[in-house]
Amino acid sequence: MRFARSTYPTPQLIDNMKTPAPSLWKATFAIVRKDLAAEFRSFELVSAMLVFSLLVIIIFNFALELNIEVRKTVNAGVLWATFAFAGTLGLNRSMSVEKDRGCMDGLLLAPVDRSAIFFGKALSNLAFMLVVEAIVLPVYSLLYNVNLLRLDLVGVILLGSIGYTSVGTLLSTMSAQTRTREILLPILLFPVAMPVLLASVKACSGLLAGDAIEDILTPLNLLIVYDVVFIAVAFMVFDYVVEE
Amino acid sequence: MIEVRNLVKRFGLKTILRGLDFSVAPGEFVALLGPNGAGKTTFLRILSSLSRQSLGEVKVAGHSLPNQAAQVRAKLGVVSHLPLLYPDLTAEENLRFYGRMYGIEAIEARITEVLKMVDLENRRKDLVRTFSRGMQQRLAIGRAVIHNPEVMLFDEPYTGLDQDASEMLDDVLRSVAAKGRTVVMTSHDLVRAEELATRFDILSRGVIAASISKSDLAKTNLLAFYKQSLES
Amino acid sequence: MQPRPIALKILDVVSIILLAVSAYLALVFAPTELVMGDVQRVFYFHIGTAWVGLLGFVLAAIAGIAYLATKNMMWDRFEVAAVEVSTVFFFITIALGSIWARPIWGTWWTWDPRLTTAAITELIYVAYFMLRQGIEEPEKRARFGAVYTLLGGLSAPITFMSIRLAQSRTIHPVVIGVQNAEAKGDFGMTPDMRVAFFFALFAFTVVFIDFMWHRLRLANMQEKAEQLKLKASM
Repeated sequence: MRFARSTYPTPQLIDNMKTPAPSLWKATFAIVRKDLAAEFRSFELVSAMLVFSLLVIIIFNFALELNIEVRKTVNAGVLWATFAFAGTLGLNRSMSVEKDRGCMDGLLLAPVDRSAIFFGKALSNLAFMLVVEAIVLPVYSLLYNVNLLRLDLVGVILLGSIGYTSVGTLLSTMSAQTRTREILLPILLFPVAMPVLLASVKACSGLLAGDAIEDILTPLNLLIVYDVVFIAVAFMVFDYVVEE
Repeated sequence: MIEVRNLVKRFGLKTILRGLDFSVAPGEFVALLGPNGAGKTTFLRILSSLSRQSLGEVKVAGHSLPNQAAQVRAKLGVVSHLPLLYPDLTAEENLRFYGRMYGIEAIEARITEVLKMVDLENRRKDLVRTFSRGMQQRLAIGRAVIHNPEVMLFDEPYTGLDQDASEMLDDVLRSVAAKGRTVVMTSHDLVRAEELATRFDILSRGVIAASISKSDLAKTNLLAFYKQSLES
Repeated sequence: MQPRPIALKILDVVSIILLAVSAYLALVFAPTELVMGDVQRVFYFHIGTAWVGLLGFVLAAIAGIAYLATKNMMWDRFEVAAVEVSTVFFFITIALGSIWARPIWGTWWTWDPRLTTAAITELIYVAYFMLRQGIEEPEKRARFGAVYTLLGGLSAPITFMSIRLAQSRTIHPVVIGVQNAEAKGDFGMTPDMRVAFFFALFAFTVVFIDFMWHRLRLANMQEKAEQLKLKASM
């Protein structure tokens, strides 16, 4: 469509506009809303993660011959391997959206604390991961006739996902700035996120084997320790991975 | 509005900017010209607080970088050759998001105003991915002025635009500058630069090699001046 | 090229002598362990290399923090040197452990907490090199490297705890400190064994310092070469 140039309006700007720098909380929330709105429009990221998750489960099904006996012991492991793989897919995508059209610069140009960018991206990434988990869990329950929709299990998965996405957000910000980009993220993330995966699998398989919460306190505490330590560290060093 | 003293930027052992001095008075529109690799983009990234200088003093809108980056950012609008827009959001959603990031209070009124200004009002609810390159670039300018900045930096804003789109962008850039804003623009398109700017600085080998104002340019032409400054 | 400083030359010779003495103590001087036999002798070098391997990783994390705080490239060079030297030593630790485990545990490898943690730690530092390789700009490479050593240095101990606490039994012997009742291949040290043991720790510490010195010198020379190249091209 062409606009006649004569119709070009002379702008009347509001002068003395009020622009107080937004609070950390407001800026974080703005980023999360932006990510969710964009995702809600295309479902690109979540649908890719979801299809990928189902494919991973199918591969495990054949690789491990998931009969009833085997399943009892490996359900938790299969689930977490699936979440970890699908997670890197989502983390990569979420960061390349910022990187491709220079939007990361747009975020950095805003007069907001850099932590807002970290928390905003980490929360959106967590939201995507939780959505995928919320669909994978009932599907897995249905496919393998095991009830995964339990509050205690969901709690553990939430704790694990928090740790995984917070470190993942930091590392994907780094890997997006390297030559190898997408390939590098799982290589950087998996060894460092190993404690989360270990503790989550331990806690989940304990719960699935019928242990009470008191019996899985050890991995649960480790999960909480990891979450706290790594959110704090990621928050502190995030400045260093976005500055130039 | 912009004061730069003895600016040095090194990447590892390579020195890109070597003791550059630069100053811009309020309301000036400076075109920063120079060959590729002269350090134009690096210089603009430092002015825009995205990159830190290795040495030297940088003051933008009365605040020094990098220590008072947040204050500078609030008064600064940047347009680069990348649109800095989200393709899966509509024009107004993009502006609303950036408006929130700048803490604008009367946000809806401001969006309407900005869209009017860049002539995209009737595409308000369309996804940015359906926009042409020229429309995206206009919206990118809208994004950059959403918080009514005092200083604007344009980094090669004409990259990838055809003739019509470039002319349209001229109008928008002129109207942005007309509000008394201070503008620094890099470009290697001398014709466009000559139309818009009030002063022309040639960046070569990491320093400002020459500078000429529009009124002085009447005696010579920009291309001749440009070539001559690069040779000396 | 600058000649090696005298002190470094002396340290080189001392390192070689110490290694030779340590080898003599481990292979000849120390008594043969009653149950395990001669294969137990790899223990001295196993511990020696493991100690400097871990030392290097801790130093690297500290250097990483120091770099982020000061932005002095010297710390970056120190960090790379520490990780590089330690990665090699740690690999030797794992290899020696495997050689010992074959006859004692009847397998080259087992997913014991220490072994698993060692493998993951080694992978963290391989990832570290891959990360650095993907970045051209020296300052960015230094920043990202520092952040990653910091994450690695925090994550490795938590990994160890996770496996250790979740898996109550471990078969890896603990020779120093609290003995592990379930360990396979545990033993008490005789005084002569102690001599060989502590000497190996000392010898490898000196070798580690020697290697670090060489590596840092190399890094400095590389830097100079780059500078000269740049000057020549201008």
